Amino acid sequence: MENSVIFIDIEKRMLTANGPMNLSVQTTIPACELVALFGESGAGKTTLLRILAGLVTPDKGMIKFGSTVWFDSEKKINIPPQLRNISLMFQDYALFPNMTVEQNIQFAQPEKDQSKVDELLALFGLTEFRKRKPTGLSGGQKQRVALARALARKPQLLLLDEPLSALDAEMRIALQDEIAQAHQLLGVTTIMVSHDLNEVFRLATQVLCIENGSITRTGNPEEVFSDSSISGKVQITGQIARIEKQDTINVVTVISGNNQIIKVIAFESDLENLKIGDRVMVFSKAFNPIISKLK
Amino acid sequence: MDAQFAQTLWITLKLAVSTTVILIIIGLPFSGWLAYTRIKIKPLIEALVSMPMVLPPSVIGYYMLVIYSPRNWFGEWLGQIFNVRLAFSFEGVLIASVIFSLPFMIQPLQNGLRSLPDSLREASYTLGKSKVRTFFKVLLPNIKPSIITAVALTFAHSIGEFGVVLMVGGNMPDETRVASIAIYDEVQSLNFEAANRYALILFLISLILLTTIYSVNKKYDTWKIV
Repeated sequence: MENSVIFIDIEKRMLTANGPMNLSVQTTIPACELVALFGESGAGKTTLLRILAGLVTPDKGMIKFGSTVWFDSEKKINIPPQLRNISLMFQDYALFPNMTVEQNIQFAQPEKDQSKVDELLALFGLTEFRKRKPTGLSGGQKQRVALARALARKPQLLLLDEPLSALDAEMRIALQDEIAQAHQLLGVTTIMVSHDLNEVFRLATQVLCIENGSITRTGNPEEVFSDSSISGKVQITGQIARIEKQDTINVVTVISGNNQIIKVIAFESDLENLKIGDRVMVFSKAFNPIISKLK
Repeated sequence: MDAQFAQTLWITLKLAVSTTVILIIIGLPFSGWLAYTRIKIKPLIEALVSMPMVLPPSVIGYYMLVIYSPRNWFGEWLGQIFNVRLAFSFEGVLIASVIFSLPFMIQPLQNGLRSLPDSLREASYTLGKSKVRTFFKVLLPNIKPSIITAVALTFAHSIGEFGVVLMVGGNMPDETRVASIAIYDEVQSLNFEAANRYALILFLISLILLTTIYSVNKKYDTWKIV
């Protein structure tokens, strides 16, 4: 069951806002990674996620999870979502309004296990909201409940559909950490749909770029994004995505408003008041870009 | 007179309650199927379900009588196997009433189910829950206003049923004579006092039921899907 590589080779004709499009994906997703499906809206990210979940049926092709065939158009195999042992976290969270936070999590469990429910509630800081209905929760709290519920299912594959798109920037950073933490804790293969470069850079170990229905680039975030978009001229504002210590210096990765990635070298003293998520300005003085915090 | 009055009200109530109970049992799974099916003849099925709302009751009543007739294969089969005659019997009226009130049960339930975001259903499926479990644990609890509306409308409509009962059941005391028919009958015999009593009771029951629906739905107005 564990270390199951996902093999995907499917085609699906889709109707999008820009007319018909052919979603044609051939790829292999390594086990236990946190994979980002990255691309413009309408590129087919969410559809691919729903195909993996079994909610959308491809026109033809094959999907294998480890040695288990989930879909095979030739042999007419199509395992329903119930039997795929996955969790899908929806963009609108899809919390059940008739159930409390605690009941939402209990409902997802394959077998009743109250200690596990308590554990998840504590892990996501939801213990005090356990008796509340979803209507009374903030966006960030709902997101946590949805994530806790998805994990309560004990999935072999966790699918996240733009998990953080509805949240403001600060909340996003906090919850990105929780997703990373959950992924590390459980070691479950996770596929996350995103069009936010910052998010992809911070969370993903692998990236699949989708454009117009097909995968154009794959690899780790540095490989995929670094070649074309590094820049360091004049003044650019952005947000700190990553701080890496290398010997005596630090490499700060900043993502600008138009999703450009900028790597800047900073000394220990420069970093005193900087942390991940800070809005910063990168500007070039002579040959070395220097970084300073925005007020 | 008073015994007959009570008996008429009893039959009216028995017919309305039985119709409602049968329609809850049929209507829940049927509306669940109809709300989500992608079958090609769905528009035809929806049209058939809604027919009683546009057809005169006499048309339905006429067809029911034709089907019940012992000269017809179905009526003959019923008579031979079960020794049952449906025409001018309570059971016959009940079946006709179930068919005639079908849209009042199905439509609110179907609209309620359709108003729920698809993601609720899909979330439950991806969490490993069967369609039946999803229907009863996730979908139905979230369309309570629709369920209340469907049940109350069906009950109110069955209580007020006139044309179909008259066609299929006639006006047989202790068997098929319901309040709405009794009113007509009493007015025909210029017995206005009795007609008035029946009319007032039907008026009050319907008023109370509809007021309940509207106040319940108002309460749920503030209640939204997350």
